Amino acid sequence: MSMSSQTPESPTPAESVPSGRRIFVRGPWEMAASILIGLGVVMLMQPFVLWAYSWSFPVTLIGTVMFIVVSHFPD
Amino acid sequence: MSHSVIARAAEATPPGLARRFKGLSDRAIAWSFVAPTIFLLLAVNIFPLIWTIRLSFTNFRANRPNAEVEWIGLRNYDRILTDSDIWQTMQATAHFLCWTIVLQVLIGFSLAWLINRKFKGNDLWTTIIVLPMMLSPAVVGNFWTFLYQPQIGLFNYVVAFFTGADPTSFSMIGSVSLAPWAIIIVDTWMWTPFVMLICLAGLRSIPDSIYEAAECDRASKWRQFWTITLPMTLPFLMLAVLFRGIENFKMFDLVVQLTGGGPGNTTTLTSIDLKREAFEKWRTGYASAYAIILFVTVFGLASIYVKALNKVKER
Repeated sequence: MSMSSQTPESPTPAESVPSGRRIFVRGPWEMAASILIGLGVVMLMQPFVLWAYSWSFPVTLIGTVMFIVVSHFPD
Repeated sequence: MSHSVIARAAEATPPGLARRFKGLSDRAIAWSFVAPTIFLLLAVNIFPLIWTIRLSFTNFRANRPNAEVEWIGLRNYDRILTDSDIWQTMQATAHFLCWTIVLQVLIGFSLAWLINRKFKGNDLWTTIIVLPMMLSPAVVGNFWTFLYQPQIGLFNYVVAFFTGADPTSFSMIGSVSLAPWAIIIVDTWMWTPFVMLICLAGLRSIPDSIYEAAECDRASKWRQFWTITLPMTLPFLMLAVLFRGIENFKMFDLVVQLTGGGPGNTTTLTSIDLKREAFEKWRTGYASAYAIILFVTVFGLASIYVKALNKVKER
C-alpha cells in the first residue's frame, strides 16, 4: 500500500552500481593510487635509506598504472 | 538563419573538395579531420616513448650506431636504482623542490592576499610583480650570475649591508653550501608571481557575502582567514603546488645557466644528470631507463594534478 503511494526516485550513484561491483568504486581506489604515487615519490627523494630509493620506482609505477586503471571505474 | 549559414558554408566549399567528401558519412568526415592530429601525436609523442622504453632494456649507445645492441633486461634500471650518485642527485632535486614550493607558496599567497585588498596603484603593482615570470630562464640565469658575483654583484652587497659581513667573503654560486640556495632564490624570485596569480584567482572567487555573514556572526579576521579564506583557496593552492612541483622536477635551463650543476654535483638536478648521461657520456640505453623513471614519476604526479584540477572545476 505504502509502496504504491511513493513517487519513484532516481537512484543515487552508489545505488546505481550493482552490489557485486560496489567495491570497484573510483573514489577510494583513486585515493589509494594517489597515496602510492606520493609514497613512491617520497621514497625516490628521501635521504635516509637506500633500499627505499631502490623500491621507489616499482611503487610509483604500480601507483600510476593503478591510477590509470581505476580512473575507468564507476563513480 | 542556421540554414543560410550551412548553405553559405556549402557554397564556400571548393567544388573539388565537395566532390571528394560527397557520399562520406559524418563519422568518416569526422575521422578524416581528426586523423592527421592522431597521426602527429603518434609520431611525435607515442612512438618516441615506446622507442625509449625499448632502448631502456638495451646497452645502445647513440655515438656507436654500428655497434651490436644487446638486450640486457632490467640491468639499466637496477644500476640506476642502486647508484648512490643518482640518489644524491634525487636528493638535490628534492631539496630544490621542497624549498622552492614552500617559499613560493608562502610568499605567493601573502602577495596575493595583499594585492587582493583594494588600494591605489593595485594594477601597477600586480604588473611589476608579474614581470620576472615573463623573462626567459636563460636571461634570468645570466643576469643573476652577475648579481651573485662576489666582486661586483649587487646581491653580496645587499647581504653585506644587512649582516655587516664582507661582501667578497662569500660566493653564492661557488660555495658548496650556498649554491643550492642560490638556485632556490632565483627560482623563487622568478616563479612566485605565478603562484600569486593562482592564489589571487582563488581569493577573488570567494563571494563577499560569506565574509559579510561571518562579520554578522562576529567572527574575527583571524577566524575568517582560517575558516573561509584558507579552505576556499586550498584547491587553488594545491594546484599551484602540484604545478610548480612538476615544473621544478624538470628544471634544467635556469640551473644550467646559473651554476652548470656545480660546484661538484651540489646543484646537479635530475634533468641535468640525465642530459650528461645521454649526450656527454652517450649511454643512451642507461639514459633511456633514467628518463623512463623520471617520466613515470612526473606522469604519476600529473595524474594527481588532473584529479585536483577536476575537483576545482566541480566547485
